[in-house]
Amino acid sequence: MSMIDIRGVSLQYGDRQVIKNVSVQIEQGEFFVIIGPNGAGKTTLLKALAGLHPLVEGNIHVHQRPISDYAKKELARALALVPQQINADFPFTVAETVLMGRYPHLGLLAVEGKKDLGLAEQAMEFTEVIHLAGRRLGQLSGGERQRVIIARAICQQSKILLLDEPTASLDPAHQLRIMDLMERLRREVQVTIVMVSHDLNLASCYADRLLLLKNGEVENVGTPQQVLTGEQLSQSYGCTLLVDENPLLGKPRVSLVSQRITKSLRLG
Amino acid sequence: MLGYSPVYKKLIPVTLILLFVLIGSVLLGLTIGSSGGTAAAWKALLGQGDPDATLEMIIWQLRWPRVVLAATVGATLSLGGLVFQALLRNPLAEPYILGISGGSAVGAILGILAGFSLFPGLTLSSFVGSLMVLSLVLLLSNRREGHSDSLLLAGVMVNAFCGAIIMFLISVSKTVQMQKIIFWLMGDLSAVGADSLPLLLGVLPCFLVIFLLAQPLNLLLTGRESASAMGVNVAAVTLVLLLTASLMVSLTVCHSGLIGFVGLTIPHILRLALGSDHRILIPACVLTGASYLILCDLLARSLPSQGEMSVGIVTALVGAPLFIGLLWRSRQ
Repeated sequence: MSMIDIRGVSLQYGDRQVIKNVSVQIEQGEFFVIIGPNGAGKTTLLKALAGLHPLVEGNIHVHQRPISDYAKKELARALALVPQQINADFPFTVAETVLMGRYPHLGLLAVEGKKDLGLAEQAMEFTEVIHLAGRRLGQLSGGERQRVIIARAICQQSKILLLDEPTASLDPAHQLRIMDLMERLRREVQVTIVMVSHDLNLASCYADRLLLLKNGEVENVGTPQQVLTGEQLSQSYGCTLLVDENPLLGKPRVSLVSQRITKSLRLG
Repeated sequence: MLGYSPVYKKLIPVTLILLFVLIGSVLLGLTIGSSGGTAAAWKALLGQGDPDATLEMIIWQLRWPRVVLAATVGATLSLGGLVFQALLRNPLAEPYILGISGGSAVGAILGILAGFSLFPGLTLSSFVGSLMVLSLVLLLSNRREGHSDSLLLAGVMVNAFCGAIIMFLISVSKTVQMQKIIFWLMGDLSAVGADSLPLLLGVLPCFLVIFLLAQPLNLLLTGRESASAMGVNVAAVTLVLLLTASLMVSLTVCHSGLIGFVGLTIPHILRLALGSDHRILIPACVLTGASYLILCDLLARSLPSQGEMSVGIVTALVGAPLFIGLLWRSRQ
């Protein structure tokens, strides 16, 4: 039973068509990663899933219901979006920010009760930011802030989590920390993860399936072994990418090969 | 200190304390003045000693309406500042600096010249004036870029332009009308009749609307897209808040003319003291803004040895240096 069903979706930015006739099903509890070169339309597709981008053609069903049928708060209870960054100009504390995740569950005045505070605390413990609860957002490092945004999304209690490059600009330790968090969420709370990523090796290690987009069209969908082949990647990204097997996991491992080496070895 | 507790645990004590401050300010506003001693005024208020008909008349028919007007105007301007700062993501935005007060004043003066009555004619023409300026400033500053300096520059220029129009209208109008108009340039609370109550009744629903949108506003401040993804109807919330804030500002401008910087001073101090949660900031801004303008007005009418000065002078003397300080800090 598919959790998200994208049927023949096309999206436009102004006059420019950024997504063309994309169809893909994402199953419950799946770790699904969207990859592709810059400008392939990955983020736009993710935003459309969150109901932030009008569909030109096609339909997106969540829990077997088109997202256009959902009220705004109702959709927010079904899906949570983790944007790359959130604005820290206004000095909200970490706890205040995480508590905002309760908004789609609350009434007009949005007054949080004991239950909401408990959920926020759990979410902060889960992403290991509880010790920062009283700190202001602007005082945190990039990795800490990312974990706060994820805590807010967890606090939202949606069964689907949409993430836009959550590991961008983080060091390897923090990248792993975020990815392991996602893995745990999926295992422990059966959350479906849909992530846009540029990191092919992280995608290979964690994803159940990958969607490779190029110029707004589906190039390939499947397991890391099916999608991450040297031929496929080199062609889609327009550069030489060497794929071998990660000796620890048996999953594809992608290495970048510089143009100079490509030429001297006459690989490409 | 984990830094989180239910919002009402902070909201209730903050509101109570600021309410006491407001009551204190009202009492000071009623008892201090040029005629009669302060002690005598206290006695008259408490009903002790011999009733002094003149003093009671002064307190209840002269000072009370003026204190109510000052409180209403102060509350409105400071809340207006808070809302504009949040929506424009600029801590220096303020109805006066953005030129919105100026636009209302031009609208109101044109209304007076056309012979409109205060309600609905004058109120409406003033509201239209404020909306025109708001659209113009947003257009000029190209809000999508979010560059704070261009917003302020556009506001200052529109404000100067409105000031010139006001001066022009004053210089071509007949003397009787001129006296009605001149107080608009330097905000003034002395031209009050007994009609400050309708104003209060007009702005209170605006306060309520803004308070009800406090949490969507909080979410909006962390990003438009993420707010939308969390179930906030971003376009509707933004529009309702901009319209409500402009409406209440133009209502007060009709009564008091241009009083600047209240909407800058009060929200800034409160954000420093209370943080960014608008569910707390909104009531706090209303109460503190009211107290602040009552006290500024008290200074304005008691500092000069003869007569009194406009309250706008006091608010500008406090607010303008603060504005410069904030601008200085934002540059660094």
